[in-house]
Amino acid sequence: MSRYARPVDFKHGKVDLTHGSGGRAMAQLIDELFVRHFDNPILDSMNDGACFALPAGAGRMVMATDGHVVSPLFFPGGDIGCLSVHGTVNDVAMAGGRPLYLSAGFILEEGFPLADLKRIVVSMADAAREAGVPIVTGDTKVVEQGKVDGVFITTTGVGVVPDGIELGPDRIRPGDCILLSGCIGDHGVAILSKRENLSFETEIQSDTAALHTLTAAMLDAVPSIRALRDPTRGGLSAVLNEFAGQSGCGIAIREKDIPIRGEVAAACELLGLDPLHVANEGKLVAVCPPEDAERLLAVMRAHPLAAGAAIIGTAIVDPQHFVQMETVFGGRRMVDWLTGEQLPRIC
Amino acid sequence: MKYIDEFRDGELARGIAATIAAEVQPARRYRLMEFCGGHTHAISRYGLLDLLPPAVRMIHGPGCPVCVLPIGRIDSAIELAREHGVILCTYADTLRVPASGGLSLTRAKAQGADIRMVYSCDDALRIAQENPAREVVFFAIGFETTTPPTAAIIRQAAALDVPNFSVFCNHVLTPAAMVHIMESEGDPDAVALDGFVGPAHVSTVIGSQPYEAFAAHYHRPVVISGFEPLDVMQSILMLVRQINAGRAEVENQFTRAVSREGNRKAQALVAEIFELREAFDWRGLGEVPRSALQIRPAFARFDAERRYGIGYRQVADPKACECAAILRGHKHPADCKVFGTVCTPDHPIGACMVSSEGACAAYYTYGRFNVVVKEAGVA
Repeated sequence: MSRYARPVDFKHGKVDLTHGSGGRAMAQLIDELFVRHFDNPILDSMNDGACFALPAGAGRMVMATDGHVVSPLFFPGGDIGCLSVHGTVNDVAMAGGRPLYLSAGFILEEGFPLADLKRIVVSMADAAREAGVPIVTGDTKVVEQGKVDGVFITTTGVGVVPDGIELGPDRIRPGDCILLSGCIGDHGVAILSKRENLSFETEIQSDTAALHTLTAAMLDAVPSIRALRDPTRGGLSAVLNEFAGQSGCGIAIREKDIPIRGEVAAACELLGLDPLHVANEGKLVAVCPPEDAERLLAVMRAHPLAAGAAIIGTAIVDPQHFVQMETVFGGRRMVDWLTGEQLPRIC
Repeated sequence: MKYIDEFRDGELARGIAATIAAEVQPARRYRLMEFCGGHTHAISRYGLLDLLPPAVRMIHGPGCPVCVLPIGRIDSAIELAREHGVILCTYADTLRVPASGGLSLTRAKAQGADIRMVYSCDDALRIAQENPAREVVFFAIGFETTTPPTAAIIRQAAALDVPNFSVFCNHVLTPAAMVHIMESEGDPDAVALDGFVGPAHVSTVIGSQPYEAFAAHYHRPVVISGFEPLDVMQSILMLVRQINAGRAEVENQFTRAVSREGNRKAQALVAEIFELREAFDWRGLGEVPRSALQIRPAFARFDAERRYGIGYRQVADPKACECAAILRGHKHPADCKVFGTVCTPDHPIGACMVSSEGACAAYYTYGRFNVVVKEAGVA
């Protein structure tokens, strides 16, 4: 027998201010949506915080947080729900961590359809279950119409980094190899294809995925990996420029070795975008000593999320810490940070 | 990607590069101006300069529509949005162009002006139809390439009788600017340019014919070139051969898109809606006679300049900025004192640093390691 007179109307109902008021309506939404779908013993205990023991011999802890404000909320290959799980799981994984638990903070817009909210929560729950990283605590706020765009989700993840794993761009040395786990630009192009004033036909799906099993396999086989990072906003060029700036090395990559789908290349061509600046949500860049590169590449290619992995370049001596690229054309150019927002060319 | 990869083939490029290197003559100079920002962008993005022998020098011309837009015109656009309260629709590239008083369209927008980025002028007309209670102005910029769409939208607005839509016209003309570059030294023979890589997309509209008188009069070869890197390489080879032979002709490398006559339909449409301006102020070049278009009196109600009584006020470029000399080919971006220090793509001082097709921005984004490497003496 339910504690509530009638169930939440997830078919036609809308978020209203009572859903964030701390009263009965909020309690019911939490019960019938979040607790029901996220479904794990820590959350079920319904405390204000999540209490958990660390695995024995856990090493150091890692914590990462990520706010999600993607528009549109639903896009080919995913939605804000699974994205908010993958994004934070990946941030923990890039630190060399095994993600253990997630928290989720929701900021909802008054009037947002409960059906869409349910779809998002179910997607988060599925993503968390698939990743084996339960959402153990959370928060819900509702703001007046127009104060946010539908729903914003902030997730925080905690994990443990095994002893012996030390990752950081400061460990990169000249001669180290740069590896990329697969095709670039899928996520950004999938999102762009659904922007209101920019509709174009494409089959491209977001690559959104949790990469922690991949990083675990990589670190297991090649503990000498120097650094890992996922090229999200700002794309591959941002990660490489971060690596260059933080390592004190330069980086030289080869355009012909960078995997990219024909459709993504074509869409970027049409919109005047540089694929090196386009966001990814299921790719990573790894740096390792040259003698381990082929072994690392083989391990990556054996994992379903990095079947298209490639060695794309090396760290070099460069007092300017520039990233440069040998173009498919045979010349060289710099790979710079994205400037401003990505602007389509006009002429 | 079919029909694009073919024009980015490194193998073919090295073949053409070898031919260029073999054919350049030690006693000759090959100072070639690529007029269009699209060429500048391709040269930088594909590292073409690495493939050229030292005798061939590329000089970046004024063919970036954002770069040549003078401060006074941006000020007027901001005035339209702020003082007249219109919805100002603009292509994204103009958003960051520095205006007077530390403003830009982006900053004016952040301060509350209703400035909206559109991908085509159709979107601007649609916004006008969706907001009948508001005045909507399309900030039209660009060379001959973007002019026909603007003409089409004005004609459509007239046919649909959209009362709240107008166009702030800033369309400029390529051949007039090329002539101005040759005339600006006083003695055309003294201009340090030996040939022109001619416009690609512009020429699809106007054809190759308009450059014929130019090439003959100034005795400079012009090769109409596509925007792909292989197009540019081939065009450079064609220019080298003309210079070697003492020829000064208009040749068309971009035959897959450009004819001698151009697009007659587009030309007729442009002629129906627009007429020549007596003069137009170009950033970097100053006032250039008969180098821009204005809306014909028959369509005056769609002319934002008339509708809002906008007068042009000339504003001097920042003193430290060498955009003027760079746009004329007198100076290289790296010659400018503020290049890469005070003036960067994130904080542009001059217009050449704003658009990705601007000479300074292209050089900063893709090529500056060459400058630094040279200065630092690192191999």
